[in-house]
Amino acid sequence: MTTPTPSPADALLSAVLLEDSAVLLTAWAAALDRQFAGARDVADAERECGRLLTAVGRELRADPAIPPRGSTRWEPLRDVLVELSRDCAQAGLSPSETATLVFLLKQPLFDRLRERAAESAGGAEGLTDALWAATTFVDELGLESFDAYLRSREDIIRRQQDELLELSTPVVKLWTGILAVPLIGTLDSARTQVVMESLLEKIIETDAPMAIIDITGVPTVDTLVAQHLLKTVAAARLMGADCIISGIRPQIAQTIVHLGLDLSDVTTKASLADALRVALDRSGYEVRKIGRPA
Amino acid sequence: MSGDEVALSSDEDVVRARHVTRRLAVEAGLRLVDQTKLVTAVSELARNTVIHGGGGVLTAGLVHDGPRTGVRVTCQDEGPGIADLDRAFQDGYTTGNGLGLGFGGARRLVHDFDVRTAPGQGTTITVVRWG
Amino acid sequence: MDGDSRIPILRMGRLLLVTIQVDMHDRMAVALQEDLTGQIVRTGATGVLIDISALDLVDSFIGRMLADIAAMARVLDAATVVVGMRPAVAITLVELGLSLEGVQTALNVERGMALLPSVATEPDADEGEDEDDGPVSEADAAPAR
Repeated sequence: MTTPTPSPADALLSAVLLEDSAVLLTAWAAALDRQFAGARDVADAERECGRLLTAVGRELRADPAIPPRGSTRWEPLRDVLVELSRDCAQAGLSPSETATLVFLLKQPLFDRLRERAAESAGGAEGLTDALWAATTFVDELGLESFDAYLRSREDIIRRQQDELLELSTPVVKLWTGILAVPLIGTLDSARTQVVMESLLEKIIETDAPMAIIDITGVPTVDTLVAQHLLKTVAAARLMGADCIISGIRPQIAQTIVHLGLDLSDVTTKASLADALRVALDRSGYEVRKIGRPA
Repeated sequence: MSGDEVALSSDEDVVRARHVTRRLAVEAGLRLVDQTKLVTAVSELARNTVIHGGGGVLTAGLVHDGPRTGVRVTCQDEGPGIADLDRAFQDGYTTGNGLGLGFGGARRLVHDFDVRTAPGQGTTITVVRWG
Repeated sequence: MDGDSRIPILRMGRLLLVTIQVDMHDRMAVALQEDLTGQIVRTGATGVLIDISALDLVDSFIGRMLADIAAMARVLDAATVVVGMRPAVAITLVELGLSLEGVQTALNVERGMALLPSVATEPDADEGEDEDDGPVSEADAAPAR
């Protein structure tokens, strides 16, 4: 599959890719329409196909040897394939459909190679090699697009995870000057850090000197998470805000004691309601029932 | 890695070191909290170089590792070196007029922390914080 | 960053207000500490408010300076409140291992003032104008809170 200094086969393939790119693109686009028409909108992908052929042409003009995958000359092609696979993903194509889309270049390419070989005298003997070089090249393009597709999907997943992280840690205002973060589900270190930061930001934003971190919905915490919570409380104090941790389950209390963490400086309450009462009290509010002689 | 250099010999140089580091941290796309941690660590180390190392040089630049970008800062001096490294890392340990948080504290603020030192051989500390 | 520039101290009745707006080098921090303690004695101030909302960094040196000012002020019978620390700065300080024990904090100047009730409300008219340089005995009489 490696093609050292322009062999006759490479030279033939290069010539086709360079000089017949317009014909190739037309035939490729037609093949795409046959394959996907109606089912998917591949207009964007088609445009990328054109860019791909242009990029291939640019590389071959500089050096007629076919660039092997992973080389520096391959990089511009990979960049185009990244765009291509992104467009395919957006159009709803699967990874294998995306690779297929690239493989559809083969037929037009083979046709042109055969025609060229027929035109030149004695071209037929180089034809087999050229076909092999072409199929290898297109296979590599297809596989690269497949990989790029998966990479971009991983990116999307990671981004969605981040967004979910933000969504799953809302900081709510309970009362003027009193914020709360009701934490639900398993806390990992990353999520706890996000909570910590968004709570502290919100304290400044809303000028709230009291904050309640409610962990009723948290089944368990590990050392790192417990430490993050304590650091949040310490950081809030440095900023001039008081934190109360509420809803500590028995298991978590045990963990905290076993880990030897010192909570003596932190106000803890059994329930969010208790914490709110303390927060109101410290903020100078009094809560009582009305409609009854006091 | 391309390098920004700051000579470290005075209080003002420590401030300059902070500014250079901050600029690189922003360039590397570090989040605000990460920027602050890195710049604070560098402030501690640069001060250390000025006070205990008798002055030196800070080099800072961006580093890449796959998709990650980070900032690497090196503080180098030709000072007396550190004889007992373990002790230098302990919170509360100090030989100068610090709180004794400088070394151990700075280490907690970065991802990579590398010290090369020997008595009489000067000290080179390299830290990296990744984005 | 001029080597000799000092952080200005504003006096409001018995309150001293310091707004740190530059990235201080160490000598500047030390000078501020000296200026403040001097001013507390000279003016008989009972409250010191230090606004650090403009600071994007508090390292161990500045942190220690803040703690020292609070401790010295306490000895001189004045309360200190540090206000406006940014979240990123607070998180970093905690990670660094500094908790500023003994320093009162507040979210902003307004809330900080509220922590010093005896101060801004009734500046002791005659004593306030008294530019006595010697140890101020009124300061001893002041703790009417």
